[in-house]
Amino acid sequence: MLPATADGPVARPTEAAVLARNLHVRRGRAHVLRNLTFSIPSGSITGLLGPSGSGKTTLMRVLMGLQVFRSGDVTVLGASPGARVLRAQLGYMTQSPSVYRDLTVRDNVRYFATLHGRSRAQADAAVEAVGLVPEAARLTASLSGGQFNRVSLACALVGDPQLLVMDEPTVGLDPVLRAELWDHFRRLAQGGTTLLVSSHVMEEARHCDELLLLREGRLLAQLSPAELAERGHNQDLEQAFLAMIQESAPDEGVDGREES
Amino acid sequence: MNPRLLFATTARVLNQIRHDHRSVAMILVVPSFLLAAVYFLFENETLPPGFPRTFDRVGLVMLAIFPFLIMFLITSVTMLRERTSGTLERLLTTPLNKADLLFGYAFAFSLLAAVQALVTLAVAYWVFNLDVKGSPLLVALICVLNSILGVALGLLCSAFARTEFQAVQFMPVVVVPQILLCGLFVARSAMNDVLGAISNVLPLSYSVEALQEIGRNTDPSQTMWQDLIALGIIAVGLLVLASATLRRRTK
Repeated sequence: MLPATADGPVARPTEAAVLARNLHVRRGRAHVLRNLTFSIPSGSITGLLGPSGSGKTTLMRVLMGLQVFRSGDVTVLGASPGARVLRAQLGYMTQSPSVYRDLTVRDNVRYFATLHGRSRAQADAAVEAVGLVPEAARLTASLSGGQFNRVSLACALVGDPQLLVMDEPTVGLDPVLRAELWDHFRRLAQGGTTLLVSSHVMEEARHCDELLLLREGRLLAQLSPAELAERGHNQDLEQAFLAMIQESAPDEGVDGREES
Repeated sequence: MNPRLLFATTARVLNQIRHDHRSVAMILVVPSFLLAAVYFLFENETLPPGFPRTFDRVGLVMLAIFPFLIMFLITSVTMLRERTSGTLERLLTTPLNKADLLFGYAFAFSLLAAVQALVTLAVAYWVFNLDVKGSPLLVALICVLNSILGVALGLLCSAFARTEFQAVQFMPVVVVPQILLCGLFVARSAMNDVLGAISNVLPLSYSVEALQEIGRNTDPSQTMWQDLIALGIIAVGLLVLASATLRRRTK
């Protein structure tokens, strides 16, 4: 294993909710994540950004204890990923909405509330937070795609977790609701929750405190949106990201792939 | 195990089925209709005096097969949905234990099976005068045990299917041989050595033997208790195997 050749601001003075050093994931012969070293500060919103297939979902699954990693050290809230103590402290929203289609919105959220030891009132509050109160009594299967996604989000929010890992939570949402959700995320972060939010839309990056830029399983950089704009010489973060990719000239063949 | 989470899971599973009115109706009513079909098939048979009606023999065994078959199908499809929709993966990241999940499922479906058994038994006893020497409570107990067997096998088989279509294909593989070899068509003692040996390790053979014992004897026989114990052990063993298929991590 390589010594800690950390590029970017790894050891921050504030305590980190997540620490990863030389994290490497292989699936079969594909290198899905390559030697990632980063930290996610507590009580902040960290954006995990990169094109589709760059390893975002795999990285989130590692943190949730769902993906075996080949080498490296990962600490989540002071424990190793998948540790039993973590299960009450993490919230996970998968990319494709994982809720029960044949339950009502309210019953879905209440079930996950119970699993996390939360009350019915807290379940109702989570339904409200995602703007689904009018649909609460409807069967989840009858909802539109965006609403369906929000049920899944409510089920992740309801546990009031210390670390909330969300895979593309704002996909397919109208701009008003998206803005409301980012406000909600901000309030959670101010209350001490750590959020890791993935997106392939660079526009979302400006809502984050920190960004992890991923490409082909490599961490291009960990920086703030302002630093990204500066390093990419562009206020448009999408353009800045493209400029950074061009700077970091691709070298080896691409064999890292990621599914869902 | 955490009873609160276990029962929350049971309630959730039952709640899911509740929304599917057609399935609930079919689960409760279809066995009675099939029982009626058997009854009328043998309505006009002529028997030597003292010889039991075919309906008493076949109908009794069918009481054991329904909950096994139906719960196997429902469980394998429901559990497969849980695996493919991502809800299983999500559940495994919550404080819910695998045992809470599996026993939550087993509990939900055995409750459903108990209601089904009550309806079918009522029809068998009161409409068709099924002649059983032993206690109807024991018959009901075997029905519920069989449903747990069906649930356990369904949970296990769902791990080997990728689609609901494949899950249903497991029925001819897992369920039909058990029906053929359980002693309904040919007495187990009359089977050749190979088939007899296979029959000896299939759980349905034990429930059918237990039912036949209840049908013949007023008081529970020793053989019946042994069969009940064997059924319990097999069901728990299958649930343990099924829990091994609920892997939290992927490579």
